[in-house]
Amino acid sequence: MGILVIAEHDNQSLKAATRNAVTAATKLGSDITVLVAGNACQAAAEAAAKIPGVTKVLLAEAPELAHGLPENVAPLIAALGQSHEFLIATATSFGKSTMPRVAALLDVQQISEIMSVEGPNTFTRPIYAGNAIATVQTADKVKVLTVRGTAFDAAPADGGSAPIEKIASTGDAGLSRFVGQELSKSERPELTSARRVISGGRGMQNGENFKLLEAVADKIGAAIGASRAAVDAGFVPNDYQVGQTGKIVAPDLYIAVGISGAIQHLAGMKDSKVIVAINKDSEAPIFSVADYGLVGDLFKIMPELAEEIGKA
Amino acid sequence: MRVIVPVKRVIDYNVKIRVKPDGTGVDTANVKMSMNPFDEIAVEEAVRLKEAGKVQEVIAVSVGPAQAQETIRTALAIGADRGILVLEEGVEPLAVAKLLKALVEKESVELVILGKQAIDDDSNQTGQMLAALLGWGQATFASKVELGEGKITVTREVDGGLETDELKLPAIVTTDLRLNEPRYASLPNIMKAKKKQLDTVSAADLGVDVSPRLTTLKVVEPPKRGAGVKVASVQELVDKLKNEAKVI
Repeated sequence: MGILVIAEHDNQSLKAATRNAVTAATKLGSDITVLVAGNACQAAAEAAAKIPGVTKVLLAEAPELAHGLPENVAPLIAALGQSHEFLIATATSFGKSTMPRVAALLDVQQISEIMSVEGPNTFTRPIYAGNAIATVQTADKVKVLTVRGTAFDAAPADGGSAPIEKIASTGDAGLSRFVGQELSKSERPELTSARRVISGGRGMQNGENFKLLEAVADKIGAAIGASRAAVDAGFVPNDYQVGQTGKIVAPDLYIAVGISGAIQHLAGMKDSKVIVAINKDSEAPIFSVADYGLVGDLFKIMPELAEEIGKA
Repeated sequence: MRVIVPVKRVIDYNVKIRVKPDGTGVDTANVKMSMNPFDEIAVEEAVRLKEAGKVQEVIAVSVGPAQAQETIRTALAIGADRGILVLEEGVEPLAVAKLLKALVEKESVELVILGKQAIDDDSNQTGQMLAALLGWGQATFASKVELGEGKITVTREVDGGLETDELKLPAIVTTDLRLNEPRYASLPNIMKAKKKQLDTVSAADLGVDVSPRLTTLKVVEPPKRGAGVKVASVQELVDKLKNEAKVI
């Protein structure tokens, strides 16, 4: 009874989140299979086969699997639940949508966003926006888990050479249809896997001013994020949001600009290694978690910061 | 069409929670409780569909202690028509989904709108599980909902941006933050809500086994992060980042 990791991919390439789930899997055992379910996704399967520690890749290709619709993917994963003890995906929007559906099909109580493996049936997970950490033990025979990506370092992308085995789709459930998507285009690193992140809040005043963050981001190769306030105000798209209900990030460096530091936002970034806060209000709660705080007018500070970093 | 909206009673989102010193859980005694914010958005959406003439009846359902009646009354004040309380405490998402399935079948419901997650256990499971148990389509993290003839088109907030999916009815929708802004219930509506029908049932009445699968061994506070230092200038900040923290 091995471990099945559900790959996150866009058919062409494998998402880094998959490698976080593989690392979580290595804490549970050594028989690790990765399922790549999609359409014309051979390249993603080949990338999965190269991850060290992966013993086998299952490749299911069918038109109904192309867009990762849970109605079509979950029955396939549930069928593989008969022969695997652990079913694991990273808690991305795909993993969050799909895994509970799998769990219910198998009559299993899923454990969401595990942060550590304490034993074969015992895990820690955040509750109350990460303001408490619960250790939970499951009595279910099959364990359906999502993992918090920031809690497990990504496994290396290269070094392995697992065999790829083709399997059949369980078919089109005929319940749902993918209509389209609008993905934010960016040359910058992806927010959840970036090693440096610079985020703006309500203090940015408008979307145009995010250029001030971009100038610094370009110099240090950072991703751009935002607080819920900035997203709600329409400064930037929703997928920039860092926080309890947005993305959870834990980069080496997190720079919060014009962000007051609501609990909801802190929940999404407080595990960053080094936190810098730039805010005109010296009493802002963000300073209570910041390693380095700079009180002042961000409109004066940010251009100076871009210039100073550029000097190196 | 009849719609069910599940509503959960949770610690108010403005309250700073306290972990019990004995590590058995989070202190809920004498703490302000409210409706889970995502559920409030779900109630608002259902009521708007009713106001648009697309839905005939909105039923608010809660699984919880007797005090969850207040949470249902809040939903009734927003505009739900009647309420059902399943009087059971500490029920896990899978069992909640089973209870909801029983009610969906009993009440001939065609659409269930749920909050994407509850802000206490942050599980983000119930809607997807209910969809699986019913064999219905699901659209999670909705930011826009269009109810058509026999189908529902939902724009969803996904990691890379927005995705639009079309589901056959009956279906499940879970709400994200930007779907709508819930209204404040007016005083006359709060008064009216007190007179609306609110039934109480048990899991046994619905023939559902709610025994837990998980045991919580302990609950602790996360490691505290201490405040660092304030720097006086951009030069000092960049110097610290380069030479002390070594992150740029």
